[in-house]
Amino acid sequence: MSALLKTVDLTAFYGDFQALFGIDFEILPGEAVGIIGANGAGKSTFLKTVTGLLAAAPERIVFDGRPIGGLPASEIVRQGIAMVPEGRRLFPSLSVEENLLIGGYAKRKGPWSLARIYELFPALTDLRTRPGNALSGGQQQMVAIGRALLANPRLLICDEISLGLSPLIVTSLYNTLPAMMGEGLSVIVVEQDVGIAQRTTSQLYCFQEGRVSLHGRSGELTREAISAAYFGSAVA
Amino acid sequence: MSAAIVHRATRASRTAGVVSIVAVLILATLPWWADSSTLRLFVEFACLLAMAQMWNLLAGYGGLVSVGQQGYLGIGGYALVVLADLAGWNPFVCVPIAGAIAALIAIPTSRIVFRLHGGYFAIGTWVVAESFRLIAANATAVGGGTGTSLTSMRAFPKAMRESLTFWIALAVAVGAVAGVYWLLRSRYGLALTAIRDSERAAASQGVDIAATKFWVYLIAAFGCGVVGALYFLMNLRISPDAAFGVSWTAFIIFIVVIGGIGTIEGPIIGTLVFFLLRETLGDFGTWYLITLGVVAVVVMVRFPRGLWGYVAARFDLHLFPVRRRLALPDDGPRDS
Amino acid sequence: MIGWIDTVLQGLMLGGLYALFAMGLALMFGVMRLVNIAHGDFIVLAAFLAIGVALGVQVTPVLLLLVVLPVMLVVGYGLQRGILNRTLGKDILPPLLVTFGLSIVIQNVLLEVFSADSRSLSAGGLETQSLRIADDLAVGWLPLITFLAAVALAFSLEWLFGRTPLGRAFRATSDDPEAAELQGIDHRHVYALATALAFGVVTIAGIFLALRTTVAPSDGPAYLLYAFEAVIIGGLGSFWGTLAGGLVLGVAQGIGFRLDPGWGILVGHLVFLAVLLVRPQGLFPRTRD
Repeated sequence: MSALLKTVDLTAFYGDFQALFGIDFEILPGEAVGIIGANGAGKSTFLKTVTGLLAAAPERIVFDGRPIGGLPASEIVRQGIAMVPEGRRLFPSLSVEENLLIGGYAKRKGPWSLARIYELFPALTDLRTRPGNALSGGQQQMVAIGRALLANPRLLICDEISLGLSPLIVTSLYNTLPAMMGEGLSVIVVEQDVGIAQRTTSQLYCFQEGRVSLHGRSGELTREAISAAYFGSAVA
Repeated sequence: MSAAIVHRATRASRTAGVVSIVAVLILATLPWWADSSTLRLFVEFACLLAMAQMWNLLAGYGGLVSVGQQGYLGIGGYALVVLADLAGWNPFVCVPIAGAIAALIAIPTSRIVFRLHGGYFAIGTWVVAESFRLIAANATAVGGGTGTSLTSMRAFPKAMRESLTFWIALAVAVGAVAGVYWLLRSRYGLALTAIRDSERAAASQGVDIAATKFWVYLIAAFGCGVVGALYFLMNLRISPDAAFGVSWTAFIIFIVVIGGIGTIEGPIIGTLVFFLLRETLGDFGTWYLITLGVVAVVVMVRFPRGLWGYVAARFDLHLFPVRRRLALPDDGPRDS
Repeated sequence: MIGWIDTVLQGLMLGGLYALFAMGLALMFGVMRLVNIAHGDFIVLAAFLAIGVALGVQVTPVLLLLVVLPVMLVVGYGLQRGILNRTLGKDILPPLLVTFGLSIVIQNVLLEVFSADSRSLSAGGLETQSLRIADDLAVGWLPLITFLAAVALAFSLEWLFGRTPLGRAFRATSDDPEAAELQGIDHRHVYALATALAFGVVTIAGIFLALRTTVAPSDGPAYLLYAFEAVIIGGLGSFWGTLAGGLVLGVAQGIGFRLDPGWGILVGHLVFLAVLLVRPQGLFPRTRD
């Protein structure tokens, strides 16, 4: 099976400052892949290049066989990549339902609809008319995920969903992952919490100072190996 | 191990400093050998240069974009008329006093306009200037809508009048440039630059944003008031439209945009370019103004840092350096 | 007594025109935090485009609108996409200075083409007709229609922003342009649509202006100030607030004129400054938490 998303020797710069030094990454259709790493390791930068918020060379990022590096973010959404951004970033001027609806702005065809999101997250039905930011962290996260799903993506990126949430809520959110992936959706799970990343994914990449320091099957990686890769005493 | 040294001056700036002093000394002799129209031209130049420095201080460093500085210019002009003609004071002495009056009026005004921010602040200052204009236009004591003449100047012989006005203009021009330069090199200037770059970060370092902006606004009002008195000292005839017209700000904006916002050299270069254009194209009325406008738009979009800003960045050239350079002990002496 | 009621009534009608001026300004600011200093000049430009067309062809104001509107929509879209989008960013200076430059250019181009004479549009007699309300009270049909147009526009814009996908896109992009991109919203295109829409409102305002009074090339800045004052008095966040702000300004100016012809505009400024001092959020702000 060929990769849904593939990056080849991907580099990225903020002005003169190089943040990524040749990232090779791959995710197959229907797969869940995790990315772990400390703050500043390059995870966010990587996501920004994939989603089009940061410039990249066209051929270094290939999605469904097509080079997408450097395309504007709105175009990449139309291609089928959606992200649940770090910190949720709901729109305060929009209600919960409107926040969900705006996820479908790109009008991609697919299995997700407003009704299905409310099935996935029943707690949201009572919150439909609330302003986007008058919710608890966990509720906001549900809206952010629902919003991304309504873009009917083929690849969903979840950027640090657990941030600021209690373990119980985080677990219940991740428990919905299988239901989300039912129709062949691929998911990239970015987490600082290594345990969650290992449990919910089949492959794991560890970033360290702009490079991939470890890559392997989630179930097979040892604590020690991950620790070393996370904090930087070994490079893959 | 010797400590790192902080450099302020550069070789170019030292040269520029010497050249400036020589230039000012030569200019000071102008009344003895130049004709009236040249003297008038210089006074106008000095007025626009000083206004540009004030506006640059406000916008480029204080982050306050004002489209209403003509309000204080007008107050300065009318203060001169009231004090000299109606109260009988010596008109030349009134120039700094007019500035002080403008600054006093700026105090309550700031309380109102500071409620606004960004673009809305800009238009708010314009409304204030317009209000001043309408008040002057309704004030029959100073000629109402048609204005009046500065009669108290008739007491002085022409040569003396022109020379004194010229020297005051020279002092204002030098004072504005030197004053802003000195201000920006001080700790106060560091605070301003910090605010310009990031208000939140500056506040977290203990910079009192509100107080700093207030003082910048006051200083700019004083400067514009002085310019207003100076201008009408030369012009001898004042009217609400001439004193409070927004074209003052239009010209200043052009000057600062072309020259370069946030630099001290910029307004000087910009004023020179402005007068060059005026002397060559001024007769073409509307086309001259259209050119100014188009040039301002193009420069702002392509060269947001202005002509000087572009040159300074490209060649690392600073004639009036306000930054501090760090020289580490291992580096040789650095000059540029 | 009836004199004062008449003053207030005429002030409300004038306020309708000011509200039309203000809504385009509020729209652009609401979506992209951009203050268009040339706003008044574009109103005057639209008026002169209509006047120019009317010089050549004898046509009703409605048809004039249909001719000038597409032109202004394209101008607005092009202006935003081509020039103003490049100036948007952290720094507030570039858009202000660019629009200021545009203001100068527009005024002087109009001066070149049309000379400094004031001109107006003919409404085919409607200008002089009025609706009798009471023995001593009448309101002109044209001012009344202008007022109703302002109300209709406030309603339409509120509906557009509150209930349509485009309105959602406007609000989302205004909140967080980057997050909006992540939903597939091309913010450069959305900004340009907002400006085009604002220019549509500007066109309507310009034509009503030219029908109602004479227009000169250098009138733009005054209308910018009135539009701005109406927005601030009314409060940010809703077009109903902007409408209210326009009405308050119109009435303030009307009362000022009645007290003394030289004070009309000044009273408007003073009321604006007073609102700013006492209630800076405006009279009817829609709070956004």
